[in-house]
Amino acid sequence: MPLITAPNLESPDDFYAELIATHDGLDADASHALNARLVLLLANHVGRLDVLREALAAARAGARPEETQGS
Amino acid sequence: MDWQSLEFPYRRSAEAAGRRPVVVVGAGPVGLSLAIDLARRGVPVVVLDNDTRLSTGSRAICFAQRTLEIFDRLGIGDELVAQGVSWNVGKVFLRDELLWRFDLLPEPGHERPAFINVPQYVVEGHLVRRAQQLPNLDLRWASKVIATRPHDDHVALTVRTPEGEHAVEADWVVACDGSRSAVRGHLGLQAQGRTFRDRFLIADVRMQGDAPAERWFWFDPAFHPNRSVLLHRQPDGVWRIDFQLGWDADPEHEKKPENVMARVHALLAHSPAFRDAAVTLEWASVYTFSCHRLERFRHGRVLFAGDAAHGVSPFGARGANSGIQDADNLAWKLAAVLQGDAPDALLDTYAREREAAADENIRHSTRATDFITPRSAASRLLRDAVLHLARTQPFARTLVNSGRLSTATTLHGSTLNTPDLDDFDGSMVPGAAAADAPVAHPDGRQTWLLRELGDGFCALVGADGATEAMLRELGPALRVLAIAAADAPAPGALVDRDGAVARRYDLRPGTVVLLRPDAHVCARWRHPTRAQVRDAIVRASARSPTCP
Repeated sequence: MPLITAPNLESPDDFYAELIATHDGLDADASHALNARLVLLLANHVGRLDVLREALAAARAGARPEETQGS
Repeated sequence: MDWQSLEFPYRRSAEAAGRRPVVVVGAGPVGLSLAIDLARRGVPVVVLDNDTRLSTGSRAICFAQRTLEIFDRLGIGDELVAQGVSWNVGKVFLRDELLWRFDLLPEPGHERPAFINVPQYVVEGHLVRRAQQLPNLDLRWASKVIATRPHDDHVALTVRTPEGEHAVEADWVVACDGSRSAVRGHLGLQAQGRTFRDRFLIADVRMQGDAPAERWFWFDPAFHPNRSVLLHRQPDGVWRIDFQLGWDADPEHEKKPENVMARVHALLAHSPAFRDAAVTLEWASVYTFSCHRLERFRHGRVLFAGDAAHGVSPFGARGANSGIQDADNLAWKLAAVLQGDAPDALLDTYAREREAAADENIRHSTRATDFITPRSAASRLLRDAVLHLARTQPFARTLVNSGRLSTATTLHGSTLNTPDLDDFDGSMVPGAAAADAPVAHPDGRQTWLLRELGDGFCALVGADGATEAMLRELGPALRVLAIAAADAPAPGALVDRDGAVARRYDLRPGTVVLLRPDAHVCARWRHPTRAQVRDAIVRASARSPTCP
């Protein structure tokens, strides 16, 4: 099963609003930490390594080099 | 027995003319295991060590089940297990909270525990004692190899002793001389790998405590904030504590006894199991590590094993344990080559199999280190997210990596394996190290499967008269071990006391599982022909082309 990149969200605007609202009141560090936990939770839900690899590659494809070399 | 006070004097050796079949350089756990195995197989062996003592201080302490099973074959397993602290359980704490508990031996039916903790010098002491019982094993102390010159048909060594220098020639040299291998230097070889920017303090302390025999690992404990701590129980009231210090720590400052003890007292004050314990420091050192290996473990007639060939972090106990597996892999092959039972191509398979094992160990060790010492801001962020989630989410506990502990390497894809043609369940695939199981002799005496395998090729067969007879036609060099179910005893067959052999090997009447002399599975069939079994033994001896 390939990574689903065609629209698949049940209610895109609701999801997006709730994603943003989940970060309300958090500073940048706390938000980064929340996102990291979210990635792990969703990755476990997906489960399959081949699908996760596709997602990792798709996410990485958007990263500019200066952002990816660390600091 | 005060092992640390033992001194082994230099003795002038009656240097017979001519070449030695094998010279092992280094009398550590790997070199001694290899030499004992070779000598037991009838190969005269010389061991050269530059020292006159066992190792000192904080070296390896965790010896894995597979190592203990190898030690059983060498004849020191019982004494070591009696003296060591057996353990199966690890616990991981985040601050003061138990995150998760893992059992490394969740099923009964193995003679040996997942691990024993015992200092390396005790293991060496038992190995030396065993070596001294073998008349064809010549263990020479205070004998430093200062030059190694490989030739096509032999290797020439120059050895420095208290009486001066002399030459020794050998058909084969095995370098087991540790992470700073002199032989490796003589050949101009360097291990390649990655060094980690972190420092750790090891403190071996003697104290009274009532913590159970378990491996405890803390992330960010209150007594050592923002870093990790590892605790192991050793025999005789000694505990190994490993404090992560960070890259900027000053080793000279950190290993001063008063500074070590300040860290130890901080742990004690926070740990109910040790509160108010009187404590004395036995040994302390500060270390860094790298994960690395030689590109090739065989260079003509010089072979490399143990730390001379590869290195990992201590988290996972994969240093000494992988070195002992190197020795186990090499001994039968070197003996077979020297005794004319196999071509020297068999030694290439030592290199390939153990290079792949080293890669596996390095992979595990690198991943554990990246978790314990995150190498980037993102790595740290995700590590902390895993730890945070692990408190409440079971899935996240599988990501917590405080070291994946050493198990026997499965030799997947080895050219010595005969690929499966029949369907099998279970983990005893070609390349797997044979799993133990409780069995009984026909007369009722209880024993363990691994005790019965012998030193050569061995065929486990689900009791079936015709198949057993076919296997016996292959000659006395093949040991035939028939296994019968407890409710269907068969003449001469071992009884599978609680069905563990049938379960672990998916063994049914007529099934044959062929084991190499190092007790790795190399082939299995439901109802093989004699030619199939014979060809598999030929293949596992590298005596025929190894492509199918």
